[in-house]
Amino acid sequence: MSKPAPDWAAIHADPRFLDLHRRKSRFLWGLMLLSVVYYFLLPIGAGYFPELFKIQVWGPLNVGLVFAFSQFLVAWGIAFVYERRATREFDVLAAELCACYSGVRS
Amino acid sequence: MKRKILLTGLAATSSAWAQNPAVGSGGAVADEYKWLTFLVFGLIISLTMFVTYLAARRVKSTSQFYAAGRSVSGIQNGWAIAGDYLSAASFLGIAGLISLYGYDGFMYSVGWLVAYITVLLVIAEPCRNIGKYTLGDILAFRNDPKKAKTVAAISTITVSIFYLTAQMVGGGVLVKTLIGIDYEVSVIAVGILMLGYVIFGGMVATTWVQIIKAVLLVAASLLLVWFTWMPYGFSLPGFLQAAVSDPKVQAQVAKLLGDPATQMSAAQLGQRFLEPGLYLKSPIDQISLGLALVFGTAGMPHILMRFFTVPTAKDARVSVLWAMGIIGGFYVLTLFLGLGAAINVGALKISAIDAGGNMAGPLLAQYIGGGAQSLLGNLFLAFVAAVAFATIVAVVAGLVLASASAMSHDIWVGVVKGDKATVKEEMRAARISSLIVGVIAIIVGIAAKGQNVAHLVALAFAVAASSNLPAVLLTLYWKRCNTRGVVLGMSIGALSAIGLVLVSPNMTYPNVVRATNEPLVASAAAKSAALSSELALVTDPTARLPLEAALKASETLRTVAQTKLDQVQGQSTSLMGLSAPLISLKNPGIISIPLGFLFVVLGSLMVRERRSEELWEEFYVRQNTGLHAEGANEH
Repeated sequence: MSKPAPDWAAIHADPRFLDLHRRKSRFLWGLMLLSVVYYFLLPIGAGYFPELFKIQVWGPLNVGLVFAFSQFLVAWGIAFVYERRATREFDVLAAELCACYSGVRS
Repeated sequence: MKRKILLTGLAATSSAWAQNPAVGSGGAVADEYKWLTFLVFGLIISLTMFVTYLAARRVKSTSQFYAAGRSVSGIQNGWAIAGDYLSAASFLGIAGLISLYGYDGFMYSVGWLVAYITVLLVIAEPCRNIGKYTLGDILAFRNDPKKAKTVAAISTITVSIFYLTAQMVGGGVLVKTLIGIDYEVSVIAVGILMLGYVIFGGMVATTWVQIIKAVLLVAASLLLVWFTWMPYGFSLPGFLQAAVSDPKVQAQVAKLLGDPATQMSAAQLGQRFLEPGLYLKSPIDQISLGLALVFGTAGMPHILMRFFTVPTAKDARVSVLWAMGIIGGFYVLTLFLGLGAAINVGALKISAIDAGGNMAGPLLAQYIGGGAQSLLGNLFLAFVAAVAFATIVAVVAGLVLASASAMSHDIWVGVVKGDKATVKEEMRAARISSLIVGVIAIIVGIAAKGQNVAHLVALAFAVAASSNLPAVLLTLYWKRCNTRGVVLGMSIGALSAIGLVLVSPNMTYPNVVRATNEPLVASAAAKSAALSSELALVTDPTARLPLEAALKASETLRTVAQTKLDQVQGQSTSLMGLSAPLISLKNPGIISIPLGFLFVVLGSLMVRERRSEELWEEFYVRQNTGLHAEGANEH
């Protein structure tokens, strides 16, 4: 590494970094939990509540199919929400920190 | 084909396939149209060769060889991830499952997309910021480098070999089924082609081969879905209505349900095709497989490696978003492909050519083009077959590159040479490693001929989820995680996944095989005898036809069951010396994944390691900010 190393401990202790860490952690693990729970409702529903999945809602289209389709929409939705927040908020905060510390020589 | 884990149904059918006398040696393509198939194959292979030639001139450094100079754009990498990930099992296997079992096949495809949420949220960006070329680099940052690299390399090679074997067997069977080339010749052809890409073009060529393959795969699927759906005015209920009111679909459901079907009306039978439970019978196994997919994908070394090919963490994020769009869209299309094949071709015809249903897509293509006797039909079939072939080669190339990198970069340079090797030396090591892995893949592919290797893909994902993912995740997010935890957790995670599969129903138990197949042989023989004597009394040719067909079907059934019996003749226990499985679970994830996490935690708590804690601040800041991340090559 030819670039001089910044003072990692100082960045780690910087309130702006702690703020970034807190916001990111809460958001990411929340989304992660949501996606895992929503996904596992599918095999659980199909395995233990087949009668629910069989209810027809639009011609031959039943709850099971609608729920399976919704899995795709929810996955894409989570990805979209994450991308928005990461680009608008996390990237900006990280860039500020980088700009502030990249000139520091240790 | 009663397997619940049908990740590569394709490979699973190899044994039934090899001995099924009902299947002609000529393959699905008629002899007079073989030239067409070879032409399309030739065109696609030439294109990838040309790309490799261009790439080879660029690949002069390790960063080019392992990571395409980190100059792949987010969009390109998104397509390449899709190309790396969508194996023939997805393309042919899932469409086949849907064509034979309806809803369960579609439900099965969902987990493959949801898996990317884990990759997107907690893996892709930090790994890009921290890593260099391999899984070992990520784990070595704040753990003991030699130990971490050794265990990471072993795990990478294990996972890749499991996955590779399934792909090689699947590829051999596919080419044999489609155009009738010998199994061994197909395996060697796949191996040599893939080695050409990897050795001469490294990651640059592999990336482009994967992009080309993904574009072709999506194009082929869109084309087929367009023509399949068009007759129904692109109406979803209209299309589903056509499926449930199709007599072939209703007959398939009746066959799957057996006795209870006699109580149901034709309309009920058809609707049953869109309801769960025709294929997947054990919810716990389903959940266990889901866990392996959702957590295993993020630990797959060939997927992780793709994130080192982009310039920044933001590009890594963009590439996952594109990959999710392509992969998810593709799985939605497979629903139409599968149901389209069920309506237009019929389950009976699909499973006659391949019991696992893998020929559903290709047969649908042939039908849409105008049928088996038409030029256009065979052109469509040839195109789909060539795409499936490109699919296998692209996935295999990614896997070989990942394990070769582990061998050369982690083991040879990192552990043996203590990180002191010149670029020239490391390049040579990387190419030799690729050759070794490639030759192993060819040998294993040929040795596994006729073996049931379907569970190997599930096992690869289970090992990745129980070993790589806990180690990477806790290294990234838990300060107290250290070398002891990583080594212990990865070993126990991987060994428990493999061990559980070895005592599971996935293995062959001679007594169980006898118990299920002996009655089948007896009843089929009785049925054949009855049909033969009935035939002897009938002279009218039109009346003879259905009887002859029934006799042929009964004989096929008898031969398949008899072959299974012959294979276990004289044996009484499984490979592990068991007469019956110890557990009923086929997918080990639900047990082995928590074990992997538990032992990373316990191992870490056993000792305090100064290095891993001292480096935490730098590590955590770097993964979150991208400061000092490996940059793109200047070119």
